[in-house]
Amino acid sequence: MFKAATSGPAKVVTANRLDSGLVVFLDPNGGWALDIAEARILDDEELDDALAYGKEQDDARIILDAYAIDVEVTDGLAVPVRLRERIRAERGPTIDYGEAERQRLAGGQAEAGE
Amino acid sequence: MYRYDEFDQEFVTERVAQFRGQVARRLSGELTEDQFRPLRLMNGVYLQLHAYMLRIAIPYGTLNAEQMRMLAFIARKYDRGYGHFTTRQNLQFHWPALKDVPDILDHLSRVEMHSIQTSGNCIRNVTADQFSGAAADEIVDPRPYAEILRQWSSLHPEFVFLPRKFKIAVTGAERDRAAVQVHDIGLQARRDANGRVGFAVFVGGGLGRTPMIAHKINDFLPEEHLLSYCEAILRVYNLFGRRDNKFKARIKILVHETGAEEIKRQVDAEWERIRHSALALPDEEIRRIRDYFALPADLRPRPAESIVLNRARAGDAGLDAWVVQNVVPHKVSGHAIATISLKPIGGTPGDATAEQLELIADLAERYSHGEIRVSHEQNLVLPHVALDDLPALYEALERNGLGTANAGLVTDIIACPGLDYCALANARSIPIAQRISERFGDHARQAEIGELKIKISGCINACGHHHVGHIGILGVEKKGEEFYQITLGGSGDENTSIGEIIGKGFSSDEVVDAIETLVDTYLARRDTPDEDFLAAYRRLGQAPFKEALYGTA
Ligand code: HEM
Ligand code: SF4
Repeated sequence: MFKAATSGPAKVVTANRLDSGLVVFLDPNGGWALDIAEARILDDEELDDALAYGKEQDDARIILDAYAIDVEVTDGLAVPVRLRERIRAERGPTIDYGEAERQRLAGGQAEAGE
Repeated sequence: MYRYDEFDQEFVTERVAQFRGQVARRLSGELTEDQFRPLRLMNGVYLQLHAYMLRIAIPYGTLNAEQMRMLAFIARKYDRGYGHFTTRQNLQFHWPALKDVPDILDHLSRVEMHSIQTSGNCIRNVTADQFSGAAADEIVDPRPYAEILRQWSSLHPEFVFLPRKFKIAVTGAERDRAAVQVHDIGLQARRDANGRVGFAVFVGGGLGRTPMIAHKINDFLPEEHLLSYCEAILRVYNLFGRRDNKFKARIKILVHETGAEEIKRQVDAEWERIRHSALALPDEEIRRIRDYFALPADLRPRPAESIVLNRARAGDAGLDAWVVQNVVPHKVSGHAIATISLKPIGGTPGDATAEQLELIADLAERYSHGEIRVSHEQNLVLPHVALDDLPALYEALERNGLGTANAGLVTDIIACPGLDYCALANARSIPIAQRISERFGDHARQAEIGELKIKISGCINACGHHHVGHIGILGVEKKGEEFYQITLGGSGDENTSIGEIIGKGFSSDEVVDAIETLVDTYLARRDTPDEDFLAAYRRLGQAPFKEALYGTA
């Protein structure tokens, strides 16, 4: 197992899956998790190896364009520093969409006057 | 509507088969991403923030009920039950899996649709006035010419690797609803004193990081020369456009650096060489294409006044407001054009669910001779509705969250996908649009404010047209936070202007208040209720708005 930081700044490797295009994170077993909570938390020394592994996985047609992101770790949970990456880690837009949005609007639950 | 001939169908079908092979080779590892990327982009497949995105062309914004049902089917089967209509009269699906894209394209090809030339440095989907073929103020239906341009530009061997993408827009009315002056080529169809059809030709407009208004280089290009003249423009661009710098590669930069006079001279010189070539359009050919766009045969004039409608309006304030706001006159008596707003208060601009798309397909069949249009303002349009049918149409729309009476009002906001979906974004667009929409959602308040176009982009690429918003909002990133820069006085109509930055940007928390301050300033300073925001801004200038936002200091 890799040693994992439990708090403070660290890195996580992320990519998109080749077949589905969905956002994934490198996990401690060398797999790719949809949930950032399962991501392997890396310190600077481990980063190069993890990125090299990402490149191999790219060549093996599992994922696309692996790269490292800055995260802040609290109690073992990584939260990306940049908003862009937080939104990716949420696995979808920050607003509701499709049928869920239609139902919200139909239910008149939109917050009036903001 | 235009129907594919054998050649069109064969070409699209072959292209799907070809892409199916390319996807298979990508998934099996024969193709690397570097090799595959240009191939997928040629077929409208992008990789976005969360997933792949598929962009589907809706040529000149015209589609029929069957095509709309197919889009609904795809949304449900291969995506997450919804689609997003864009300012380029395209539809984007945000969640398709790569392995499914060939099947999606196969389905599309069966209803004469595709994703070809929706990306890459080629001539993109030609856009047009969404009221084409129906508007009372129309001089010439521009769609036959858009179709001729589509055929000419589809896989035109000389123009598949241009310096940069190339966008053409056409309109056929004095009122420009297609923003032709911010396109690479803008065409305004008109008639001369003898009734002959021709075009005013605009070149070198564009938005993005360097917004430019196009220059008119021909006042009246007779219709038979449409292709030879466009070919001459493209040749000049292809030869001299700047391939050395992606940010300077659009034709607008070439026109700006060379000067419109000189560009016109070069285009005319090239045109002189080729105008009598095979590109000259024979009259019969124009007529043949035009026949596809004839009004529906059973669309007959009816009494100009509808008692049914008048009575219903008197008893239903919602219907009345919708008719005032979303319905415009048709060229055939007793009919109207109805805009279906995809801007419900607090919703995502331009999104529609599969169920809504299907409902609209049904309503188009029942009330609009099966025809539907997509507007660059991210709304849908039923172009041929009998006045008598408006009450029933409204009721069906209203029941399904599609009856918002806000076309052209402050909540009819254009917004690009922004940081919620787009890999290039600096800031989110959709939540800002939603919050502004909620702030001004009260119908009486919107109606009081009158016409006001707010347009939001999540980065300088300007997909949300912010440069030509009466109020434009541009998302930027400042020290890791989202900030929003406001421009005022832009307009994308026949009096096109580029908005001016009013001052320093606002945080996400502040920006909606800032918009409200601008609107309140306008309301306090307008001459009469008939003076709309843009007119008042043009009269007053920046000063009062600046003062209201930032104080005098
Ligand atoms: C989500 C993926 C998208 C990507 C990657 C993308 C990319 C770009 C880029 C790079 C430009 C600047 C081009 C230049 O100045 O040379 C641009 C411009 C533009 N895009 Fe997009 N865009 C996307 C979505 C959209 C959407 C959703 C719309 C419609 C709402 C749209 C419509 C436009 C328009 C109207 C322009 C400006 C007009 C012009 O070409 O000058 N794009 N886009
Ligand atoms: S303007 Fe920027 S953020 Fe918005 S869709 Fe275009 S590229 Fe994306």
